[in-house]
Amino acid sequence: MVQSLDRSQGRAGTAVTDATAAPKTFTGNRALQIEEPLIFEMGQAGRCGVDLPEPPKVKDRLNGLRRGGEIGLPGLSEPQVVQHYTRLSQKNYAIDMGVYPLGSCTMKHNPRINEKVARLAGIGDLHPLQPISTVQGALELIDTLAHWLKTLTGMPAVAMSPAAGAHGEMCGMMAIAAALDARGERAQRKIVLAPESAHGTNPATAAALGFTVKAIPANERGRVDLAALKAALGPEVAAIMLTNPNTCGLFESEIVEIAKAVHEAGAYFYCDGANFNAIAGRVRPGDLGVDCMHINLHKTFSTPHGGGGPGAGPVVLSAALAPFAPYPWIVKNGDAWTVAEEGTAVAGTPFGRLKAFHGQMGMFSRALAYIMSHGADGLKQASEDAVLSANYVMAALKDVMTPAFDGPCMHEALFDDSFLKDTGVSTLDFAKAMIDEGYHPMTMYFPLVVHGAMLIEPTESQAKEDLDQFIGALRSLTERARSGTAVEDFKAAPRFSPRRRLDETLAARKPILRWRPSNNPPGTDPLRQAAE
Amino acid sequence: MRYLPLTDADRREMLRVIGAKSVDELFRDVPASARLPGKVAGLPDHQGELEVERAFQAFAAKNVSPANAPFFIGAGAYRHHVPSTVDYMIQRGEFLTSYTPYQPEITQGTLQYLFEFQTQVTLLTGMEVANASMYDGSTGTSEAVLMANRVTRRHKALISGGLHPQYRGVIQTTARWEGFNAVVAKTDVDGFEDLIAAIDKETSCVVVQNPSFFGHVRDFTKLAEACHAAGALLIVVVTEVVSLGLITPPGEMGADIVVCEGQSIGNGLGFGGPYVGLFATREKYMRQMPGRLVGETVDADGKRGFVLTLSTREQHIRREKATSNICTNAGLCALAFTIHLTLLGEAGFRRLAELNHAKASELADRVAAIPGVAVVNDSFFNEFTVRLPKPAAPVVEALAAKGILAGLPVSRLIPDDPSVANLLLLAATETATEHGMAPLVAGLKEVL
Repeated sequence: MVQSLDRSQGRAGTAVTDATAAPKTFTGNRALQIEEPLIFEMGQAGRCGVDLPEPPKVKDRLNGLRRGGEIGLPGLSEPQVVQHYTRLSQKNYAIDMGVYPLGSCTMKHNPRINEKVARLAGIGDLHPLQPISTVQGALELIDTLAHWLKTLTGMPAVAMSPAAGAHGEMCGMMAIAAALDARGERAQRKIVLAPESAHGTNPATAAALGFTVKAIPANERGRVDLAALKAALGPEVAAIMLTNPNTCGLFESEIVEIAKAVHEAGAYFYCDGANFNAIAGRVRPGDLGVDCMHINLHKTFSTPHGGGGPGAGPVVLSAALAPFAPYPWIVKNGDAWTVAEEGTAVAGTPFGRLKAFHGQMGMFSRALAYIMSHGADGLKQASEDAVLSANYVMAALKDVMTPAFDGPCMHEALFDDSFLKDTGVSTLDFAKAMIDEGYHPMTMYFPLVVHGAMLIEPTESQAKEDLDQFIGALRSLTERARSGTAVEDFKAAPRFSPRRRLDETLAARKPILRWRPSNNPPGTDPLRQAAE
Repeated sequence: MRYLPLTDADRREMLRVIGAKSVDELFRDVPASARLPGKVAGLPDHQGELEVERAFQAFAAKNVSPANAPFFIGAGAYRHHVPSTVDYMIQRGEFLTSYTPYQPEITQGTLQYLFEFQTQVTLLTGMEVANASMYDGSTGTSEAVLMANRVTRRHKALISGGLHPQYRGVIQTTARWEGFNAVVAKTDVDGFEDLIAAIDKETSCVVVQNPSFFGHVRDFTKLAEACHAAGALLIVVVTEVVSLGLITPPGEMGADIVVCEGQSIGNGLGFGGPYVGLFATREKYMRQMPGRLVGETVDADGKRGFVLTLSTREQHIRREKATSNICTNAGLCALAFTIHLTLLGEAGFRRLAELNHAKASELADRVAAIPGVAVVNDSFFNEFTVRLPKPAAPVVEALAAKGILAGLPVSRLIPDDPSVANLLLLAATETATEHGMAPLVAGLKEVL
């Protein structure tokens, strides 16, 4: 049992665990936690981390626009750069370090073979505009992934170019707008329905395309209220945007009826596929009646999140929407692959282009390697293990935390904060205390429909003994929270991380978005002060 | 399966704790009509690393790697040498397998490099603030137009005929479906376009590229003044970010928003993605920017630290009122950019730019000496346009058959304009060599 660290009662007996009570070091460092300046504070003129040949003298053809003055880039040698970014890396939590239970984000294992194949000569170094005859293998690779995505979802077509999930939403909703246009109903159908629990990207996407977003309520089981949905449908509704499994981690059990009602009203069904990882290989969204769904390759198919990107968001499309898929189309003519770009006739009327070139090829390679490694059997098993792990966490915590809904969940377990009621400890405090236990916190305060939400997604990548330790840590924290003696500790958490709680209000009130020499005048630099 | 730690015994024990007889029970909310009897049919089962790697080797073998051919293609994606350090560092698990830094106490590594990245972007572009990256240059450009529409409350964007055709396509797609007017000037092969007369009181922004798609280097100071006089914003797009080591930055010309494709620094060609969009603007427009922003602050102990900030612009807070629907960015590609640029530093970055210009100058002189071939440009950085005596597309195909990757036939990206049929876009970076230039020149002579 962890000893209470109540600061108001002095430090006696807490020195072993209270890092803030430790004596200051000369450097400000604490063993492996090394204080690191910005590169702009490290540079010296005359240092350079690359050796480039002397450029031959040529007649300048810059139209008199040669850049004058200093750019202001610091000069560092190669070992300094390696040390700097290594030290920075050590201030990050990562999947490679342990349980990363961020609900809705799907932090699963990132296999390294995926990195290797994405970098192979002849794949990683191809130019997107090489002659088509010189990139036949690359096009075959993309089509192979497309085939998997279509087969796994039971959908006839896929648009590969979207760069991320939100970009995929844009793609799917543009396809819907184009289909409505073709029916002559775009002006009339201006409403998009979305549950209150939707990801923020859903309303943002619909609004950007000029639709009015209308919220549909959930029932007491955390699913779309079918009667309310039916009442909201009508000739002015363009589409429903629905995540399935939904953001509460629940399968929309009436989804077939929802799809039927949406179609009978002449609208389309956009499925947010952020949670496809719960059902991949086990349920095909095409069998549920969806018209389009983006697939976050960085979630379901484990392309690395990379600190927030890059991602990839291919969109599978029904027969009704496929003709409107954006350029480019990858088409097979006999034995040869071609890329249909603007000006090339295709079997449809593409709604336009979402980005330059052909999509996130590096992510395609990684996702395909992941998919081939798993195969149809492994993907099914992975989804089942993800769902099993989430239900296990739910079952092992339900007596001390408060599940938001009854019944089995899918790949993530949602709790509300009623177990913290009257303890003085908030969801935020609880999450920050997890950091000191060596875990990344779960997703907090999302979905918005649950008070003080805590969304835990263990994924299929954690061994049972690691889940058990995680569960043990959470049970211990709930006990401490309810003991009533540790409120100050929770408020002060985290203590052992490279930084303690950061002042986000200050950051927003006086935004400093770049380094300037004047940011930290001598004597006021907090880093130097810490060292002094 | 090597990625799945649970054993059958684990699974049985976990089901017991849950109180379920089988995993099927956990999926009981799936409608009966959508329950598959087993795994998805028609797909192969799992494979070992060796088999997967073989499959990818087979894909690779059907392509021509630029490493194995004389190579002169640019047009928005450039082949540069990336130091080994970059790719090693970005594969550290703490960077590679971390999420968006929503918990700043344990993601200072990501936050600090993004702060460094934002600073580098402002320095290169000559602007005041930058965000933590966009998907790429093309989507960033479209977001810049949307931002200009928000700032000016106008809905007409004027697009240069010197903008990359696919960037133009992305803007036009956004315009069509998000409901604003994108007026596209005619193709500007010669680089003499003057858009000032076309600016009116409805114009939200003018979008130009420097160097242009055809390679011309332009001074946009007067255009910026005309934009500001009319209450419009000037958006300058840079698809070859290395050019900023040698050319006056858009910020010094009066640009209001600068968007760059950052691929050239730190990121390989990768068949078109993922790349990294740089997005910079004036401080007064900071709160209208799309995408994530990292800001400096202090922690509970008073130590300097970094956080995601001004997130009230973003979709997860503002939902349908957000400045953009963007969530994911290009974090790891931004890291590659930052590390490569840090290795280069002031001296290395300038020298790299000089080398590119020198190589392209040499190539331009050699190609201009081929009978029947004319270099269109008076000015360029590392890419220029040549006019061939016959259509460029079959010439490029004929050279590809000889193992030479000889630039982009402009007609591939501008198929509807017969006047560009004979134009070939050639790029030469620091990777170009005598061993590459000589076969290109000889090959061109042969097929023309």
